[in-house]
Amino acid sequence: MGRRASYDGVAVTAPFSAPYQRYSIETAHWWIAKALRGSLQAAGLKPSDLEGFSVASFTLFPDTAVGLTQHLGLVPRWLDHIPMGGASGVVALRRAARAVQAGDANIVACVAGDTNHIDSFRNMLSSFSRFAQDASFPYGYGGPNANFALLTDRYMREYGAIREDFGRICVAQRKNALKYPNAVMKKPLTMDDYLAARPIADPIALFDCVMPCAGSEAFLVMSVEEAMKRKLPFATIGGTIERHNAHAEDPIQLRGGWTLDKDELYAMADCSPGDVDLLQTYDDYPVISMMQMEDLGFCEKGEGPDFVRKKDLTVDGDFPHNTSGGQLSAGQAGAAGGFLGLVEALRQVTGTAGDTQVSDARVAMVSGFGMINYDRGVCSSAAILKSGGA
Amino acid sequence: MTQPLQPPPKKNPQKRTQSSTRPPETRSRAALGLSAAAAEGRFALQVCQECFAVQYPPRDVCRACLSPELAWQDQSPSGTLLAETTVRTSTKLYFRDRTPWRMGSVQLDVGPVVLCHVHGDCQSGSKVTLLNRLDAAGQGVLLAVPEERTDHMEDNPQLRALSADPKHRRILVTDLRNPNTPALVKALLDAGAATVFVGESESWRPHDNRRALADLENVETLPLDVTDVASVQKLAGEIGGKTDILINTARFVRPGGVLERGDTAFAREEMETNYLGLMRLAQAFGPGMCARTGDGINSAVAWVNILSVHALSNAPDFGCFTASNAAAYSLSQSLRGEFRGSGLRVMNVFTGPTDDEWHQALPPPKVSAVAMARAVVSGLQQGLEDVWCGDVAKEIRDRWRRDPKVLERELTQGGEGA
Repeated sequence: MGRRASYDGVAVTAPFSAPYQRYSIETAHWWIAKALRGSLQAAGLKPSDLEGFSVASFTLFPDTAVGLTQHLGLVPRWLDHIPMGGASGVVALRRAARAVQAGDANIVACVAGDTNHIDSFRNMLSSFSRFAQDASFPYGYGGPNANFALLTDRYMREYGAIREDFGRICVAQRKNALKYPNAVMKKPLTMDDYLAARPIADPIALFDCVMPCAGSEAFLVMSVEEAMKRKLPFATIGGTIERHNAHAEDPIQLRGGWTLDKDELYAMADCSPGDVDLLQTYDDYPVISMMQMEDLGFCEKGEGPDFVRKKDLTVDGDFPHNTSGGQLSAGQAGAAGGFLGLVEALRQVTGTAGDTQVSDARVAMVSGFGMINYDRGVCSSAAILKSGGA
Repeated sequence: MTQPLQPPPKKNPQKRTQSSTRPPETRSRAALGLSAAAAEGRFALQVCQECFAVQYPPRDVCRACLSPELAWQDQSPSGTLLAETTVRTSTKLYFRDRTPWRMGSVQLDVGPVVLCHVHGDCQSGSKVTLLNRLDAAGQGVLLAVPEERTDHMEDNPQLRALSADPKHRRILVTDLRNPNTPALVKALLDAGAATVFVGESESWRPHDNRRALADLENVETLPLDVTDVASVQKLAGEIGGKTDILINTARFVRPGGVLERGDTAFAREEMETNYLGLMRLAQAFGPGMCARTGDGINSAVAWVNILSVHALSNAPDFGCFTASNAAAYSLSQSLRGEFRGSGLRVMNVFTGPTDDEWHQALPPPKVSAVAMARAVVSGLQQGLEDVWCGDVAKEIRDRWRRDPKVLERELTQGGEGA
């Protein structure tokens, strides 16, 4: 395969996070509009300035991005709907970037949002995927908790991880979340709290699980020229990857699709893991964050437990990770969970992260993972963002 | 180690009976192949007819070569337990009522990885055997059990939920006069049934079977005439609230097709007993049983019909009797649909000619009373929907599945003359 075209000339800007709520009586449409409006206002744009619109949501039914254009009064010449859950942020970014580079759309808004009614989570589970409906849910209906319990069980036995190792990730993220005003979780979490938590699906306990909530996230993709003209702080894209249904032959998922593409990602971005100032992983359960640290080359396969023992994962630490608390502490707002890390990374490399700002953050890795279609997450994605100037 | 199941305490009538809840029922059409195999207790998976790749979860085209030619074929149920968890919280009421629930991931020797229920006696990382059983939603699900039998393993709650085990249950056998009844009652008691009620019509007429059952403990003979609405309703009023399994053995059988008989008298009797009798029983006992499918160890669990296999395709020697059985078979499918929401199972036992006076003129093989009893009990223990009892029934089933029209043509062969 030849070298892929770079993302030169593309700027990512105007990160906006709507504060999450545990339950909301509003709709996904409302939440998506809220983030879109926030992002446009941050950039000083009107809805009519948009040429491209990309949406990710689970609770928009019966609408799609198409219905939203009419609902929100948008007239885009480029429209995308990304059903990839936790991988959707990076995937939206890389598609929008190409649209801007090719001139198909001058300014693209990428938005993810979901509501959370009292029964939303249960309803979403019941129609998640055909394989899950046929071959996963009938077995205890544990949802993703059960899938990740199996994966965690196997990972622990294969690589000697203990619960404290996962606890380190969760405890550090809670420390970060306490500095992030939008986080749903506001109470400190100690290792003792973590270890003593109510079991959910062994070996997974309460603090290994995310809190489903309502919320939305958005950012804009445009040319560097356009961002400079508007005096917007922006990031550039070093490289991006996505992969689906990788390693289908593995009997249980102990590695993700990143392993197939990470070398290309670093080559494209002309950097190595050591150059990365902060990492945002998709963290619906801590085991998958540990796996991303391995599969993206921050440590070897199986060394994740040792890696998190040696590193300080907080905002001020030597390996800042999920600086806004991740989904484990900020909450999982449906598909917006796939945008949380990316939007936070944008704030970081543009120096606008406020209390969670990592000092001198110039290079951020954002990683996505999504869609437990049956026994494993099918989609993986990652991007390297760099500070772009103002 | 499985703890042996203790007989349930006497029910406190002031306590609320636990509602019937069910595991998820929705499946894709492809996935129903697993349920169809489970209905007969087989472990089958889709196999590509072009490249022979074994598939799971069920799909519409081969994952290896995109061929649409996928066929369900029996497979080795051996595998290795890769990972496991105990689900302690579930948004589904059925599981919420039953947590903790053990489930896991098994790599089959034939290739695919399956998510499945895990029996309490399975050791982590050990070899396991998969059972494909119908759950309370009537769908095929997989349960990993230890490779070697363990003590009391059928008493494990997750396995018991996938069965209609007679153990500790109260069972109504509807017709004392059926020649197969004594052997059936004994087999049910041997399988641990708490009580067997036996319905007897026309009690003033003595019958050998009454003597055969008189000395058995935990057997109660009660008046029941399935052709009489009042009789059926009266018995349902007495024992309907404690009938956990109903086995309908009531049968009126005479040889002959349409032309051999000069009138419709016998045919009317056949329909009264074999078809309308089933309907009367279902109307009287069905609602009460459906309301008690969540009622603990001795919950209502199954309805059993014993049908001639010629319900599938008529045998003119017994043409009119067969027609009444075809009607009963069709009605049993309606009952399946009507009972489905409660989780009450309908098991049809299809039998070839039974070894009794009415089939005396037919050549062997014939189904003995003991073989029939064994088929009923093991069908209940495995939670089956369709049981094929005896070589004739199995042969007719196979020929019917291959080509119903060819079978019909063979069964209706004419003689030499005009």
